[in-house]
Amino acid sequence: MLLPTSTVGKKIMMAITGQVLAIFIFFHIAGNSTIFFHALNGYVVALYKLPLFVWGGRLVLFLAFVFHIWYGTVLKLENHAAKPEPYAKTRYLQATFAGRNQIWTGVIVAVFLIYHLLQFTFQVTNPAVAADTHPDALGRPDIFMMVAQSFRQIGISGVYVVSLAALGLHLLHGIQSSFQTWGMNNERTLPVIEKTGNVVSVLLFFWYCAIPVAIVLGLLKG
Amino acid sequence: MNLTLYVWRQKNSKDKGRLVRYEAKNVSTDMSFLEMLDVVNEGLIVKGEDPIAFDSDCREGICGMCGQVVNGVPHGPRKKTTLCQLHMRHFKDNDTLYIEPFRAKAFPVIKDLIVDRGAFDKIIQSGGYVSVHTGGVPDGNTLLIPKHDADTAMDAAECIGCGACVAACPNGSAMLFTAAKVSHLAALPQGRVEAARRVCAMTEEMLAQGFGNCSNHYECEAVCPKGIKVKFIAKLNREFIKAQMPGNESCTGRG
Ligand code: HEM
Ligand code: SF4
Ligand code: FES
Repeated sequence: MLLPTSTVGKKIMMAITGQVLAIFIFFHIAGNSTIFFHALNGYVVALYKLPLFVWGGRLVLFLAFVFHIWYGTVLKLENHAAKPEPYAKTRYLQATFAGRNQIWTGVIVAVFLIYHLLQFTFQVTNPAVAADTHPDALGRPDIFMMVAQSFRQIGISGVYVVSLAALGLHLLHGIQSSFQTWGMNNERTLPVIEKTGNVVSVLLFFWYCAIPVAIVLGLLKG
Repeated sequence: MNLTLYVWRQKNSKDKGRLVRYEAKNVSTDMSFLEMLDVVNEGLIVKGEDPIAFDSDCREGICGMCGQVVNGVPHGPRKKTTLCQLHMRHFKDNDTLYIEPFRAKAFPVIKDLIVDRGAFDKIIQSGGYVSVHTGGVPDGNTLLIPKHDADTAMDAAECIGCGACVAACPNGSAMLFTAAKVSHLAALPQGRVEAARRVCAMTEEMLAQGFGNCSNHYECEAVCPKGIKVKFIAKLNREFIKAQMPGNESCTGRG
């Protein structure tokens, strides 16, 4: 069952790749929070001193994304085909807005990710603030300047907040769903996992938003 | 009370079908939903029209034959109630009701509100049984079953195979039904032996019959007239993972 075609196998691929991505989401914001202590440039230098970790991590994330998107699309197409005719009157009792739009919040995250990588990893969207060609006083790539100059533009910050909202909605359904897929649920644990998943998703959303918002409000300056 | 009904009318599986408006007059609050439709049908027969076709059998909530979608909810608005056990006192005078058949690719409409749920039988045939040696009736307590396991099996065995879970699922998935059967048999020593083979066969058959995959929306649990819990879907997933372990006949073909 390396590349599963069974219904549970496909779901487990979604769950494992989703959980890998979600764990990354947590460590990414934890690391980026060094920006609040004016330690972002130092953090990035320290990170790149671990090439095995950085490149190993990138490989894992890349594979997780590829499989997550592949199986997400396969599942969505199959599920769509299994329900060809809608009801004249639709009423959902338990299925959430987030859950029903998982594919669309996923697509928003994917498009955003491309932009995000072009902006801060490949640094091609605005060469005038590219960190790799603009070292700080200690000779390190000035990531802080790049981030701050970018987020100062309200439009860019807006794009981030909207995309982060999509990610938050994705996790709102995704976290609890992934535990159910692994079978780690019973009547007692399900409500607890659902609530914890919701709290974690909302916290991650605000935590991520804190960076662009702090910069737009001028609370975080160089 | 008086009601306005929009009922799905479809001559046969080929017909496109449409919603038709009917007035249900002087409906008694003591009637069941199906009796209300019986009265509407009597009116149609008197007028020489084709009565609305719908399924029912026991009319006491145990056979799983009835089932329609009322205002977007399979078996109507009352929790843990089959349509035949739903009484008209739960509706208000002058309510407008949209009455549609269970919808899913695996449940084609045969006529009006009747759908073919034969796909469920195919899932059962693929693994919803235990293989036992026939012979004399075994003594009552030869196989001791812990109370907890017996309760789990009984809770899962409550499924009456009505198909409301499929009708409610945005993916037309039959996971709650399949999970109920898998869990029921896996919880008992007689069924445990074949648990790995069963979970693979039944989930494979589910996809083969054109049902969708579970997205963990839990819409099924909300409409199930027997209160089957989605914890059984988690149990099915665990059974599936266990079935992949070496030494089990793991899932063939679809892996
Ligand atoms: C950082 C980004 C992402 C994270 C953290 C993430 C996380 C998750 C998690 C935890 C799940 C639940 C898995 C399960 O149901 O067991 C999930 C489901 C899903 N994800 Fe993502 N995801 C991300 C990006 C994407 C992208 C880019 C897409 C793409 C198009 C996508 C599409 C989906 C779909 C369709 C589902 C639902 C599958 C189903 O029907 O059950 N996700 N995601
Ligand atoms: S699980 Fe519930 S809704 Fe689904 S077939 Fe069984 S009784 Fe009906
Ligand atoms: S007719 Fe038997 S359950 Fe409704």
